[in-house]
Amino acid sequence: MNKKQKTVLWRILITAALFALLEALQRWGPLNALPTWALLGCYLVPYGVIAYDVVGKALRNLRTGAIFDENLLMTIATVAAFAIGAYDEALAVMLFYQIGELFQKIAVGRSRGAIKALLEIVPQSANLETEDGVTEVDPDDVSVGQIIRIRPGERVPLDGDVIEGSSSLNTAALTGESLPRPVEAGEAVYAGCINGDGTLRVWVTKAFEDSMVTKILELVENASSKKAKAEAFITRFAKIYTPVVTAAALLLFLISVLCGGDWSEWLRRACIFLVISCPCALVISVPLGFFGGIGACSRAGVLVKGSNDLEAAAKLSSLVFDKTGTLTEGTFSVTAVRALNGTEDDILRFAAAAEAGSTHPIAQSIVAAYEKTPDADLLRELREIPGHGVTAAYDGKTLLVGNERLLTQYGVAAPPHDAAATAVYVALDGDCLGIISIADRVKDGAKEALSSLRNAGVRRLTMLTGDRKAVGEAVAQSLSLDAVYTELLPDQKVTQLETLLAEKQPNTTLGYVGDGINDAPVLARADVGIAMGSMGSDAAIEAADVVILDDDLHKLGATIRIARKTTRIVKENIVFALAVKALVMGLGAFGVANMWLAVFADVGVSVLAILNSMRMLKKQ
Amino acid sequence: MKKKFKLDELDCAVCGAKMEDAIKKIPGVNDASVSFLMQKLTLDADDARFEEILKEAQRVCTKIEPDCKIVTA
Repeated sequence: MNKKQKTVLWRILITAALFALLEALQRWGPLNALPTWALLGCYLVPYGVIAYDVVGKALRNLRTGAIFDENLLMTIATVAAFAIGAYDEALAVMLFYQIGELFQKIAVGRSRGAIKALLEIVPQSANLETEDGVTEVDPDDVSVGQIIRIRPGERVPLDGDVIEGSSSLNTAALTGESLPRPVEAGEAVYAGCINGDGTLRVWVTKAFEDSMVTKILELVENASSKKAKAEAFITRFAKIYTPVVTAAALLLFLISVLCGGDWSEWLRRACIFLVISCPCALVISVPLGFFGGIGACSRAGVLVKGSNDLEAAAKLSSLVFDKTGTLTEGTFSVTAVRALNGTEDDILRFAAAAEAGSTHPIAQSIVAAYEKTPDADLLRELREIPGHGVTAAYDGKTLLVGNERLLTQYGVAAPPHDAAATAVYVALDGDCLGIISIADRVKDGAKEALSSLRNAGVRRLTMLTGDRKAVGEAVAQSLSLDAVYTELLPDQKVTQLETLLAEKQPNTTLGYVGDGINDAPVLARADVGIAMGSMGSDAAIEAADVVILDDDLHKLGATIRIARKTTRIVKENIVFALAVKALVMGLGAFGVANMWLAVFADVGVSVLAILNSMRMLKKQ
Repeated sequence: MKKKFKLDELDCAVCGAKMEDAIKKIPGVNDASVSFLMQKLTLDADDARFEEILKEAQRVCTKIEPDCKIVTA
């Protein structure tokens, strides 16, 4: 609570005490003997204490022509209540209005605190190496190519490459992943990460304003400019709500009095309308809910660019995936070794020895799979035939390590093989010893991640790939996808996506998940473009609506759940606030509701809606 | 030129929305947004008249919420 709020609290306490005293005195008699003007005077004292700022603002705003100002409406309502002799009600309405406003301000203040904590990943200073030693400067003043030092426990202030030292980094602020990531000379570090216990010398590669962390912050801060439909609705609604309710109050009063009703009773009812005429509950709680949702996503390492994207993510019913690098690792590795003659280990030993000198990715994957150092003395007369493989001499016999074409060239029959992978045959003296299958492997945990998406309500999972039919279909089958489209050129991917967009269920959205490098047009075309943007990929951040910073497929399900929770809270608030207000207005018009209830419908609902939205700001 | 300013004493969300609308209508302003939650004003306006526009924005804000100050330092 700040100083201003404390003052209000004191005024509330004093007024409440005076109010209780007045009520007690009236009940036990002594006040009843007083003439009306004196009684009014007694009530005006606490009213002055509690209402002076509201009345002051109301008068000021009246001069500038702001007639639909909350302060003015509250003032009119309470003054009218005094006029009809409902002194206690007038005082109570103002008292509860102030209590509600105070609660509301405290709640908003706390939300702001939570939001600020969320954004406190910006490094405040950098240790710059200069000719006169190391000096502490503002990260903004460091330029590309300068060298900074990062001491143990400090936050990395700028993006750069390590030139000396090794340490481990906590990347939680950027990726949501708290497992420390080891770094050493030659590797990149990103601003916002927290250094472990080594000192690093870093060559700055990006100015502060271009760094990842600055971009994330800007996105989160500006998220409110890409408004969700619900938010846009509230903004439009707020503009017409107050004038309409005020006009309704006036009409209600005038018509009833003209029809011969009791004017003081109808004035009281009109006042109830005035008290409920502020749309604050919605204007604060709806953006707050979205903000909290975007914040919750960024804590999980998922960047959501705007509240409209979060709203769209909540309605995902169909997800389309790119294959390479998204569902699969994007690198080749040995997936199987099939021995036809001899042991699997023999086959790998021959193959590794033959391929040891090659830089081809397939050759390297074989060497990596062998795990031991290839035996350099095993083979003689090594010869690489480009596009075919390697031939060598082993113990006077001819060893072949290569594809089907190599075997055919040497007159060896190639045994049948699984078409979904690339085959490397190992043959000795015209006899095929075995086959090594090499393929791009499906990411660990991809299957579980996809099945959790189905649990989260995504009905259709599709894959688009430029890869061969056999490869694509094998991946799709192992992940139990609903459909797969293979051998697509980039523009065909867009066409295929458009077909899928047309097929999706009405009132739901379709998301495309890609690595953002060669599928920017598809990312842009989908309702929700989701990029698996490994840290530092600017292309991904630009093209997509949602960026999963650490490429973890599990975050997709988490994002959808957060999005659903956010939109649910927002809807709850809209329905709850409008329903209570409508109900109290209805009751008020028929004379059932009193002013107390009206105050609840105004500030009480506001506080409850804010508290509801604050659930999104909590750690999940 | 696009610049961000802190807003002091912005107490009511509806007023924030009104300020945003009013500032957008000042001639020379390309875009403006008032974030009630962040207590921030983002102003995108003509370079040449930026100072002048900022003063006008402050005038508009005062009219809507008398205590609200754009922190320019």
